[in-house]
Amino acid sequence: MNGISVDINHLKKGEVNLGTSIMAVKFKDGVILGADSRTTTGSYIANRVTDKLTQIHDTIYCCRSGSAADTQAVADMVKYYLQIYASQLPFDEKPTTEVAANVFQEICYNNKDNLSAGIICAGYDSKNKGSVYSIPIGGSIHKQDYAIAGSGSTFIYGWCNENFKQEMEQDECVAFIKTALSEAIKWDGSSGGLIRMVILTEKGVERKVFYPEDYQK
Amino acid sequence: MTSIGTGYDLSNSVFSPDGRNFQVEYAMKAVENGGTSIGLKCKDGIVLAVEKIINSKLLVPGKNKRIQTIDRHIGVVYSGLLPDGRHFVNRGRDEAQSFKSIYKTPISVPHLMDRLGIYVQNYTCYNSVRPFGVVSIVGGIDDNGPHLYMIEPSGTCWGYSGAATGKGRQTAKSELEKLNYEELTVREAVKAAAKIIHQAHEDNKDKDYELEISWISLDETKGRHEFIPDDLLEEAKKYAEEEDDEDEDDEEMES
Repeated sequence: MNGISVDINHLKKGEVNLGTSIMAVKFKDGVILGADSRTTTGSYIANRVTDKLTQIHDTIYCCRSGSAADTQAVADMVKYYLQIYASQLPFDEKPTTEVAANVFQEICYNNKDNLSAGIICAGYDSKNKGSVYSIPIGGSIHKQDYAIAGSGSTFIYGWCNENFKQEMEQDECVAFIKTALSEAIKWDGSSGGLIRMVILTEKGVERKVFYPEDYQK
Repeated sequence: MTSIGTGYDLSNSVFSPDGRNFQVEYAMKAVENGGTSIGLKCKDGIVLAVEKIINSKLLVPGKNKRIQTIDRHIGVVYSGLLPDGRHFVNRGRDEAQSFKSIYKTPISVPHLMDRLGIYVQNYTCYNSVRPFGVVSIVGGIDDNGPHLYMIEPSGTCWGYSGAATGKGRQTAKSELEKLNYEELTVREAVKAAAKIIHQAHEDNKDKDYELEISWISLDETKGRHEFIPDDLLEEAKKYAEEEDDEDEDDEEMES
């Protein structure tokens, strides 16, 4: 193990990349996760309708960016751990997003040399309402009100900072994410396709899809 | 009252024709000869107490603590073979740490008891080992409030409002049954525990004893398992002994 530098061009030859725009935003009733739908191998779009929003538990989801294989494997492991953890809780209790995010962090940190995974873990639980945790490459964990990640996120830091508001209504929040991801997709070649969203509240899960004709200005 | 195993009691893990593992039952005998320990689950926390029988005048009072801690929010007291108890607590500490290292949050008491129950039961399955010679009373506070559990050499584990084990357990249990756990606060329980140990000591009255009491409460100890402060211990001891004197006075008056 030499040095501390992390090479972002970490993917093995032929490996599939989730060059991406992903984000998760806490709002009044819970959280909303959003992502684009492009997976690339070099400049070829391997999948133009990818679902980067993966379920970990009933109302805990994650946004995946980086190596598709790595993030799928890690998400599967976290789902497994959460299932065992949940089965041992008192019968009406559900795992918190914090626990899920900590498991992500544990795996990402301990395997940092072999992984290329940037993950946003967000969910709704009755104790803490909505929460968003960002776990970038390297395996650190950051609790935030909203998080953006992926190659496309670099272009929208300024806009998001200016336009984010605490305690938004659901429609407001959907519009916020739609505009943010639309800009990210516009400027980043590795992002594109559909905008997928997952809304997590006390009521449960709601999925939304937006097509280019809808979000492209 | 004691039944002979007639051959089925020589090895651990062996079932007798009436479905008993005698070695596990004999392990309970070891517990029954030990100093009394009790636990109380109050509305705002847990109190654990133990009657430490003093075998030698050379032992330093206040050292040789019997009550131990698992993580920061769980306390354990046990009766029986003391080294077995220490091994049990050590395992509890490992389990709590391993849970924390993955989930980054303190283990909940029922969850820990589940794991310890599995561990203790394991020692009833093989003839190359013997069962644990302790009954442990485990109390802690987690996100769902205070919990109190008692675990036996068989691995059986139940949750209680009040639990007692060791030589004076019968006396202790009847006294514990008189308390109202819905209303009891930890401060009141500390005094009650001292009194109960004092009364249970009757079963061991040929030896001297030292009283050890610990508590866990969100208000008093910020949710951490701690020994009660010395002044509170003195107060509790006085309360336990003064009730004794009162009873003696009553007896005198009667005659």
